[in-house]
Amino acid sequence: MTSGTRRTGLEKTMKTILLVSALASLLIVLLIFIFTMKEAMPAFRELGVWKMLSGTTWRPGNGEFGILAMIAGSGLVTLGAVLIGVPLALGTAIFLSEIAPGWIVKIVRPSIELLAGIPSVVYGLFGMVVLVPLVREIPAPGNAGFGLLAASIVLAVMVLPTIANISEFAIRSVPRGYREGSLALGATKWETISRVLIPAARPGIISAVVLGLGRALGETIAMIMVIGNSVVLPAALTGNPLSIFLSRARTLTGNIAVEISYATGVHESALFATGVVLFILIMLVNSSAGFLLRRGARR
Amino acid sequence: MENETTRMSTEGYSLFYGRFKALNSIDIKIPSNRITAFIGPSGCGKSTFLRSFNRMNDLIPGVTTTGTVRLDGRDVAKEDVVKLRKKVGMVFQRPNPFPKSIFDNVAYGPRLHGLRNRSDLAVLVEKSLRQAAIWEEVKDDLQKSGMSLSGGQQQRLCIARAIAVEPEVILMDEPASALDPVATLKIEELMNELKMNYTIAIVTHNMQQAGRVSDYTAFMLTDQNRAGNLIEFGATKQIFTTPVDSRTEDYISGRFG
Amino acid sequence: MNKRNFSQNIAFGMFWLAGIVSVLIMAFVVGYIMVKGLPGISLDFFTTSPRGGLSGDGGIYSTIVTTFYMIVVTLVFATPLGVGTAIYLTEYSSNTDSRAMGRLVSIARFGVETLAGVPSIIFGLFGYALFVTVMNLGFSILSASLAGACLIIPVIIRTTEEALKAVPAGYREGSLALGANRWETTWKVVLPAALRGISTGILLSAGRIVSETAIFFVTLGGSYRVPRSLMSGGRTMALHVYYLAMETRAFDKAMSTAAVLVALIIIMNLAINMVTNKIAAK
Repeated sequence: MTSGTRRTGLEKTMKTILLVSALASLLIVLLIFIFTMKEAMPAFRELGVWKMLSGTTWRPGNGEFGILAMIAGSGLVTLGAVLIGVPLALGTAIFLSEIAPGWIVKIVRPSIELLAGIPSVVYGLFGMVVLVPLVREIPAPGNAGFGLLAASIVLAVMVLPTIANISEFAIRSVPRGYREGSLALGATKWETISRVLIPAARPGIISAVVLGLGRALGETIAMIMVIGNSVVLPAALTGNPLSIFLSRARTLTGNIAVEISYATGVHESALFATGVVLFILIMLVNSSAGFLLRRGARR
Repeated sequence: MENETTRMSTEGYSLFYGRFKALNSIDIKIPSNRITAFIGPSGCGKSTFLRSFNRMNDLIPGVTTTGTVRLDGRDVAKEDVVKLRKKVGMVFQRPNPFPKSIFDNVAYGPRLHGLRNRSDLAVLVEKSLRQAAIWEEVKDDLQKSGMSLSGGQQQRLCIARAIAVEPEVILMDEPASALDPVATLKIEELMNELKMNYTIAIVTHNMQQAGRVSDYTAFMLTDQNRAGNLIEFGATKQIFTTPVDSRTEDYISGRFG
Repeated sequence: MNKRNFSQNIAFGMFWLAGIVSVLIMAFVVGYIMVKGLPGISLDFFTTSPRGGLSGDGGIYSTIVTTFYMIVVTLVFATPLGVGTAIYLTEYSSNTDSRAMGRLVSIARFGVETLAGVPSIIFGLFGYALFVTVMNLGFSILSASLAGACLIIPVIIRTTEEALKAVPAGYREGSLALGANRWETTWKVVLPAALRGISTGILLSAGRIVSETAIFFVTLGGSYRVPRSLMSGGRTMALHVYYLAMETRAFDKAMSTAAVLVALIIIMNLAINMVTNKIAAK
């Protein structure tokens, strides 16, 4: 009987331990949020939330801590990555799920897996050595190669696996009946894909793109390496508005990484404030992905 | 059966999944404007056989066939598969309306085949829904999602969708097996009306259903190699009362299967 | 009819192109790094440490040691928590005795999902503030591992959960029917059956630590010396690539180090695929 009590005791102890570890993730998230918030408070209080968000100059020496330029930098580089990466990722996803013969899938899928595994610092290095000199060839005054375009291309490749994998899964999960129903009505494969499969997989595809957005906003090292890191509000270099992508920029993530190790006082607090803005931005983006997925599942 | 016109037929038709033979040399003539039922124990290949008529088996990797399947005397393998499937419609075991409105579900096929004019489409959609005996139930809200209908309504919507492309043949793969008895009865009544205009081939595991609705019945069974064979084919009344083959008699009287 | 086939051909052409471009990008990036990086690699490269200063001279010995330390220490922190969470969420959450427990489970799950979405620089920032500064652990392997653990806990949870879910319910029922309790069943029957799946999760996490740079950039200090203890700073191979490219501008050394990194990632991917295929074959 003693062994029986010991067994029940162990069961109860383990259950408690496991519950505690299950709550650890939540605890970490809360800890991160509270801690970052607390460290950011002095900056928010001293400088004002709105003034920080709308300020275009970041000069720690002068006590100026506007992060609008970084918000614009993160936003634009993410937009660029989406414009380049999403068509490629969705094309690849449709190719893998509906078109490619089995042996080609066996080549393409591991390639994408490998793209996902390549460290961001390697992408950054590749960007510096290969892409930046190429971009520098574009004639425009003040084009240094380092800037939004090179960063967008690097980022597009980095989010490609995320978007391609989740979209492929979404398209594959469309019930077989839809596919058969459409083909049996005399639709071609492409008509079936464009009129039935993609609309049916739309919530999953949208959330794939949104998750890719979250990844893009959070990328740090590769961005520092190719985007130029100047705190300027990006602007077109020539009459062509697209030349805004030749502008140097700095991302929210880069702002933190580049300056945190030597910052003190309000400067340090302003970097935590940058972190809070980034954190909230990404949480909004990610939770909208979750929302879209759930809405899709309910239908 | 001598005085029937043949709509579809097969000659020495065999089907293989890789090396495994699933259908063994089947010869059959499916008469025009009649309902032909395929019965047999599960796994006898009746669904696979049905899907040979509109080449749905093309979708399965590794499937090869020998022999011929004909529609109006022409080899379906040589026909453009898109044209073939326009002429040979199909209704599936599980109702599979698209996640679109009722209207768009029915208009899907005609739009593919080039009908763009809104009023023509509206006329065709109404006609198809009427023929499928579901018009009265849905006419007030054609913009409602097809998925929001009950299972039986969904299946009739799928029948309307198949009719809308004006096929010659409608294949039905256990169309009522996922439905309740009332909905099943509706589908059966509907089939009786549809045979005026269409040739219908139906797979069913429900012998009573085959007896109630079909004019002709084909009985299939696997042989010792697990390949599906056509054992007996004839007028439904004859198959159910005086089957020639003892295996048919065993199955009909419920001795196995 | 022709028009329909025509648009299908155009569309499919584009999709083939997308698939091919994806493969070419991978081949180009990996190929470029390898072609530029491999010539600089010799035995010396692995056995000597960076000499420091602005020359970029020397090999990567100390960075290999640091990377190894980082993998081991991070996994020591993250694995028990990650596996424990996954066990709770799959094995214990289904038979929650009360509504309050059910609510607790969904809160825990929310925490896991949120943690998985946090960008790594935030973990770095948090680690810098809490471990490096407040807890006064300094720029050290300990600080960096604690911050790194936050990154990989969600990875371990997800892969372990998948592995546990793949264990047939019959195993559990069989054990429970013999009078074993939930924990005994988990420990003696479910976990052994899920071990392969869990190990892929751990490999995957090790890969994340090898690849991660942002977190360690702000918590590990960047010393190029061989670490002596958990309290030493250091630089992982990935961090070394960053310093070589951004600070010393020694691009050839950076390429060689990147080539080693990519080769390591390829080997880890192959290992993961082998384990997964073995699971699938079972």
